[in-house]
Amino acid sequence: MTYKAWEGFVPGKWSDDEVNVRDFIQKNYTPYEGDDSFLEGPTGATQKLWNEILDLSAKERAAGGVLKADTSIVSTLTSHKAGYIDKNLEKIVGLQTDEPFKRALQPFGGIKMAEQALNMYGYEIDPNVKEIFTKYRKTHNDGVYDAYTPEMRRARTAHILTGLPDTYGRGRIVGDYRRVALYGIDYLIEHKQQDKLNMDGDMTPDKIRDREELSEQIKALGDLKKMAAEYGFDISRPAETAQEAIQWLYFGYLGAIKDQNGAAMSIGRNSTFLDIYIERDLKRGVLTEKDAQELIDQFVMKLRIVKFMRIKEYNELFSGDPTWVTESIGGMGVDGRTLVTKNSFRILHTLKNLGPAPEPNLTVLWSKNLPVGFKRFCAKTSIETSAIQYESDDLMRPEMGDDYCIACCVSCMRVGKDMQFFGARANLAKCLLYAINGGKDELTKDKKTGKALQVSPMFAPISGDGPLDYNEVIQKYEQMMDWLAGLYVNTLNLIHYMHDKYSYEALEMALHDTQVRRFFATGIAGLSCAADSLSAIKYAKVYPVRNEEGLATDFRIEGDYPKYGNNDDRADSIAVWLVKTFMNKIKSHYTYRESVPTMSILTITSNVVYGKKTGNTPDGRRAGQPLAPGANPMHGRDSSGALASLESVAKLPYEYSRDGISNTFSVTPASLGKDD
Amino acid sequence: MRGKIHSFESFGTVDGPGIRFVVFMQGCPMRCQYCHNPDTWSCSAGTEYEAEEVASRVLKYKNYFTGGGGVTVSGGEPLMQAQFVCELFTILKRSGINTALDTSGVLYNEDEPRAFDELLAVTDLVLLDIKHIDEAEHKKLTGHSNKNILAFARYLAQIGKSVWIRHVLVPGITDDDKYLYKLKEFISSLGNVSKVEVLPYHTMGAVKYKKLGIDYPLEGVQPPSPERVKNAKEILKITC
Repeated sequence: MTYKAWEGFVPGKWSDDEVNVRDFIQKNYTPYEGDDSFLEGPTGATQKLWNEILDLSAKERAAGGVLKADTSIVSTLTSHKAGYIDKNLEKIVGLQTDEPFKRALQPFGGIKMAEQALNMYGYEIDPNVKEIFTKYRKTHNDGVYDAYTPEMRRARTAHILTGLPDTYGRGRIVGDYRRVALYGIDYLIEHKQQDKLNMDGDMTPDKIRDREELSEQIKALGDLKKMAAEYGFDISRPAETAQEAIQWLYFGYLGAIKDQNGAAMSIGRNSTFLDIYIERDLKRGVLTEKDAQELIDQFVMKLRIVKFMRIKEYNELFSGDPTWVTESIGGMGVDGRTLVTKNSFRILHTLKNLGPAPEPNLTVLWSKNLPVGFKRFCAKTSIETSAIQYESDDLMRPEMGDDYCIACCVSCMRVGKDMQFFGARANLAKCLLYAINGGKDELTKDKKTGKALQVSPMFAPISGDGPLDYNEVIQKYEQMMDWLAGLYVNTLNLIHYMHDKYSYEALEMALHDTQVRRFFATGIAGLSCAADSLSAIKYAKVYPVRNEEGLATDFRIEGDYPKYGNNDDRADSIAVWLVKTFMNKIKSHYTYRESVPTMSILTITSNVVYGKKTGNTPDGRRAGQPLAPGANPMHGRDSSGALASLESVAKLPYEYSRDGISNTFSVTPASLGKDD
Repeated sequence: MRGKIHSFESFGTVDGPGIRFVVFMQGCPMRCQYCHNPDTWSCSAGTEYEAEEVASRVLKYKNYFTGGGGVTVSGGEPLMQAQFVCELFTILKRSGINTALDTSGVLYNEDEPRAFDELLAVTDLVLLDIKHIDEAEHKKLTGHSNKNILAFARYLAQIGKSVWIRHVLVPGITDDDKYLYKLKEFISSLGNVSKVEVLPYHTMGAVKYKKLGIDYPLEGVQPPSPERVKNAKEILKITC
């Protein structure tokens, strides 16, 4: 198979009847080892468009957070007419609805959530839509609640399991949007049809589901063609120019966000792929550097205005309205060449041309072997904008190869080959309190009795007035973690079963290999609080203070204890033990669709809300105070300087926390040294 | 042997070259008006550590020292516990760690010029803080004569020890051009100084005084303007 669109490209496996974007990149990209001097500023059209967006943003803020919302048209790939900001100026087109800043109605995750979100901003859902989605069309949320056990509901109410994707889209799935540009839709459909033909034999429930899903995928690809046609583009064929490549790729992503209101809708690893098209056009003399930057600026502009209709609590949980449009940039190839191209520079340069912004979440895959020119440019752009995220390519590449991307903030997956079942967090600090109190929640009351809610089965609590015995606490904690891990995994099994059933990401999965590797991405919160609490129990004397029910609701600490975050193995080894122990317990359970269990330690802002739901802890933290974000030491307890703090975090074993470990670290420029 | 230590900083980036592990010793005879670490003055506070223990802490960060970093012993006044610092540096030199001593030099005594030779032998760089070049002003500012300090600077020149001079710029006290030129003249006469650092006075120490119940001597004094800092840097710049 060959296309006019592929002229000038080095052929390979990718063009030999395969879908293989990595092979295309490897055969065709041009590593760039120079500096940033080639970059161009924004064009007049870009500036004018961006000003219109700023104007709309101001209006949106003035309107209380939402400028417009669709109350009657259910969002699908083909639900809306074409929408523009300013058609004559836009080089890259496509909006989620027919108007800029008009939020789509996406009820497949849950009609209640969709309705609530509208109500909060003063909108009323169309009664017909409500009727359809309550009477005739079941949602993911309804499915989950039909199947939840009482114990799952209790764990949810007491917030020992938090952020479960049971009322909204799970997100975190990243389609390989590059495939739309490289192959065009018809080629992709042909391959999916072939896969479906090959999927034969005994019709087990799994196979039946796989076949049904493949049909959904094929339909979604067809719909994507229609969506693009609405904007006047024929994406049945591959993209022929850089502008088309960006446009095709963006259409793929746009389809995904019209289909899904996911917690994180990341876009993948695209800049180096797109550089190949830009280089070809530059060589052909049909594009200038100024044009290339304009295309990238306008592409990024579209990613900046991705918006979902969400309830206010959701925004509170994440301290804003994040969409996690993460784009992974740079990194090194497994053959030793850098994957940095000129386009890695261009996409970061949007932070200068359009000004800093949190979205898209531009994430540099950092390696010590990155070219110096790029490292310097990253540093410079970070200093000027504070808007780049960095992740260790050296840590991830050995496991994931050189064509992985980051979903959300730290979750790595091979583009188009891995997907994940996103799994919220288990609160390990609260779990420790359950170990001490026999599974009664320290804050949540049983509505019937008015007493503390028994969340787990009745385990024996720790009795007496202390001091708490470390070995006894550990023994009971392990038992409680056994229970929690089992419940957690089963809850997620159920949630993801229902999500597949009622809110399947057909388009995103159509842009994956049919034989996909699935991750079962669990997470923990409260790691440092739990580690310090155990350290306090081990190295100081901790006396429980009991309420009238006999529940340990406070703790008196005698003496000092080593704290996680000071590169002190006594405390750090406890944190390591916690990570390994909980992950091993997770692994021992059946996970849905033969998924590979992983774990993350990455609450970035939700730690504040989780802390609100956690009582006094044995480390001296007061009830309601925030837990530390991700794998961070507890606030102010890392008293030996930054390296000691970072070294403690670095001890956490990545192989037990493959879905990522985050450490939120703020530093003033002056504390990084002097500039003369 | 044991030394009294105020605190550690694993990521020191302003006390010597590269990334440095900084050991803040407890105890200081000086009472500089602008001191931002009054909590290191008292000789009775602090925590005791064995030199071996401190050395093993430092060595944990060896990988970070590749860009010219190492250890800096600061304070307080490290020369008050010279023997301890000497033992610490001796251990660290065995592992090839770069050692820097951040001192005022006030404990140097011309009558016993070689008193610190053993320590200096294991010290790669001295960060010598010249508070004021003028004797009378120095007394006003620190409560001590600068005679020993300048003598120490000359001694370091004599033995060819690598030195950075540090000078805190306080408006109305140390930023007079007349004194800056005089200081420059002195530094130029030494020949072993590879860098002069102008440290703009800041008020971040004031809160510590409040905590300790000590009156803040520079109440109301503002940090120097960027222009004055630039001026001082220009005057004091090392020209080879």
